[in-house]
Amino acid sequence: MRPADDDCVLRLEDVTKVYSGIVAVRHANLALIRGAVNVLVGENGAGKSTLMRIIAGVEKPSLGRILLDGKEVEFHSPADAQRHGIGMVFQELNLFGNLSVAENIFATREVTRGLRGIDHRAQIDRANHFLDRLAAGIDAETLVEDLPIGQQQLVEIAKAISLDTRILILDEPTSALSAAEVDVLFKVIRELKAQGVAIVYISHRLEELMRIGDYITVLRDGQITGHAMVRDIDTKWIVRSMIGSEAKDFAKSVDHRLGEAVFRAEDICLPRRTGGLAVDHVSIAVRAGEVLGIYGLMGAGRSEFFECVIGQHPHSTGRVEVGGVDVSACDTSDRIQGGLAMIPEDRQREGLVQALSIASNLTLASLDRFLRFRFHIVGEKERAAIKAAIADLSIKAPNPDFEVTSMSGGNQQKVVIGKALMTRPKVLMMDEPSRGIDVGAKADVFRTMRRLAGEGLAILFSTSDLEEVMALSDRIAVMSNGRLVTLIDRTEATEDMIVKASAEGHKTTREHA
Amino acid sequence: MTAATTTTNAAEASNGSLLLTLMKLRTFIALFAVIAFFSVFAPNFLSTANLILMSKHVALNAFLAMGMTFVIITGGIDLSVGSIVGLCGMVAGGLILNGIDLQFGYTIYFNVFEVCLITLAVGILIGAINGLLITKLNVAPFIATLGTLYVARGFALLSSDGQTFPNLVGKPELSTTGFAFLGSGRLLGLPVSIWILIVVALAAAYVAKYTPIGRHIFAVGGNERAARMSGIRVGRVKMFVYMFSGFCAAIVGLVISSELMASHPATGNSFELNAIAAAVLGGTSMSGGRGTIGGTIIGAFVIGILSDGLVMMGISSFWQMVIKGIVIIVAVVVDQAQRRLQQQVTLMQLAKKG
Repeated sequence: MRPADDDCVLRLEDVTKVYSGIVAVRHANLALIRGAVNVLVGENGAGKSTLMRIIAGVEKPSLGRILLDGKEVEFHSPADAQRHGIGMVFQELNLFGNLSVAENIFATREVTRGLRGIDHRAQIDRANHFLDRLAAGIDAETLVEDLPIGQQQLVEIAKAISLDTRILILDEPTSALSAAEVDVLFKVIRELKAQGVAIVYISHRLEELMRIGDYITVLRDGQITGHAMVRDIDTKWIVRSMIGSEAKDFAKSVDHRLGEAVFRAEDICLPRRTGGLAVDHVSIAVRAGEVLGIYGLMGAGRSEFFECVIGQHPHSTGRVEVGGVDVSACDTSDRIQGGLAMIPEDRQREGLVQALSIASNLTLASLDRFLRFRFHIVGEKERAAIKAAIADLSIKAPNPDFEVTSMSGGNQQKVVIGKALMTRPKVLMMDEPSRGIDVGAKADVFRTMRRLAGEGLAILFSTSDLEEVMALSDRIAVMSNGRLVTLIDRTEATEDMIVKASAEGHKTTREHA
Repeated sequence: MTAATTTTNAAEASNGSLLLTLMKLRTFIALFAVIAFFSVFAPNFLSTANLILMSKHVALNAFLAMGMTFVIITGGIDLSVGSIVGLCGMVAGGLILNGIDLQFGYTIYFNVFEVCLITLAVGILIGAINGLLITKLNVAPFIATLGTLYVARGFALLSSDGQTFPNLVGKPELSTTGFAFLGSGRLLGLPVSIWILIVVALAAAYVAKYTPIGRHIFAVGGNERAARMSGIRVGRVKMFVYMFSGFCAAIVGLVISSELMASHPATGNSFELNAIAAAVLGGTSMSGGRGTIGGTIIGAFVIGILSDGLVMMGISSFWQMVIKGIVIIVAVVVDQAQRRLQQQVTLMQLAKKG
């Protein structure tokens, strides 16, 4: 099945990438085939994005060589890679919302007329030409921020196409597209393929991969674990190669009796700014001592659901009950008082106050507990609680008065967890609790989750790691496109089932031929 | 500092932290530097009379700067304080001189204590308006307070048609006498305004350090989103800081009109800039989340002593402006350098731990 060498436009040989202490990619060999769709799959953190960032010149490999048309090359910057004909559409959009579509497409290579400055007319005409090819129905003169997310994604794609790329990397390009937009994108991909462009396609949606892919490469824990022609394989093969057999270090589940339902969410809805529902009539109940894992892809609405429950979206509707008390009318502060706690996904943006010390971050949400006369913070009480939390969660903090940013990611995550636990919650919601932390800290976090459940806390956590959701949950909920698709007992769940369910809400077209 | 260490590596580290300590104490060092400089070069600088006079000048700016510090820590700015000073002075003067005319032949007069309370309430009210504009209507703090700057100044001028309310001695039969106490009275040898400053400063420092609202002010400025997620009522915190800023400005309005025994509607013009300068000089970060009341007070003293001392040396007021500007810029540059150094030292410590 190894293709002839002249078909291969770019080859990675024995590429390894190490970040401070973490090996993101190890000894990867990858060949990108001209005029074909090269699919890359793997779980979050498997190293797909790192690999692509190396190809796009964003990162430099720690070891190994990059061969372009058989010649060794070295990219010092994304611009460098672009000059060699490599274009990439990132998962997070890199657009200037305050500029027009045309200005975005031609950013850094504006069409100028000498001293008379930018030729806006020509830019708009040329931009419209690319947009027409995508049948996007976007006017090049509109401001990007006025476009819905899906169309913004198309602008990114138009921008990449306009570069005359020989290798086009698409990182989850369909995560925000509607079914019709996906069809158009696939048509464009086929056209580009016919022109001999090598496409690298990263996606979690197995159905899509089967439809558009030619070659498939599977990554797991930074290693390439499978490589095949798409027509020779099925989804079962992909899931098997993605997950592998060796189990990671998960805390073993402790058997304990579950209590009454302490958490009940009914009919939670959140309208999307661009129309439709980000959270679509979700109803979940969780019992004391139960761990409910919510699996879903990016944009499935898991974070939004948690945010609705904690009271961050005034426009959301539905009922939230904690311990039998309806808290739907309360603001975040009262909901936390009522026994809800949330650990947000984005630690830096939503979890920590970077300017404050480790100690102040820990007690930020629970200062009420240390008051005398309702306004004076009693120092000894606070310090004692901080000490207890640091010991409890085995936070490696040399001095609690240091700024919180002086610690590693895993320890920062533990501080966020500690902050939530210090409010003495009945229900704990954890949004991607294992994101961006190292293996040891992960194991600590999982152990803590287990222990807390044993102590009678109801835990809801979201993850996009299959193995994690299977190992940690008592029950598994799968969300897709804002809807709760499946809610099953762990004992009945299979990986296949979950992966299928997570793509449910995104069903594009019927079976492919 | 700690005892000398043996290895070269540790010596380097302690060099780093020595420099860091020096930088952290920069406002103190600047304060001692200006005091030392002027006691040598300005005649009579160290006389008791002059020191008390200077601290009365400094106190006015220090009040405003304290209110400003809280506002800046939350990541906002309050440009309206100078105008609040002017308006509150006019309110106090008007109430003492003319009372409130009830239109049908009666006029209500308040005693001096009541006048002060009403004036403070006016200051807090304008602060509350700033807060509501910012929290409820989502107006950027710069714009909201720029608006109230003009509105308050306009009302101050309207209240007397641009005239001064002169001679606020009051009438004994209306019990409106004794307003002078605030501005020129003394307790235990110190001017009353200094005592008020001490009380308010201690209260503000206490709030910043030992109360939930104080902690919340820092959290909101450090990361508003995280603060919200932690259940902090961000709107209330912001309301508080702008109201406190208005309160401080009202005190200054009262003190100035009491000192002069007259209210002029243009009083307090551009005071807000001096207040911002003092806060920044005292280590308050304009991006929010960092600052101390103590630092701000010292900053106010540095600026106040600098301008008074230069006057005593007979240096042209034009040069004074240049010097003040340079001092502020240098302060911020050193502040940035300190932060970078701090990060380096922290990273080094992390690296050493392995």
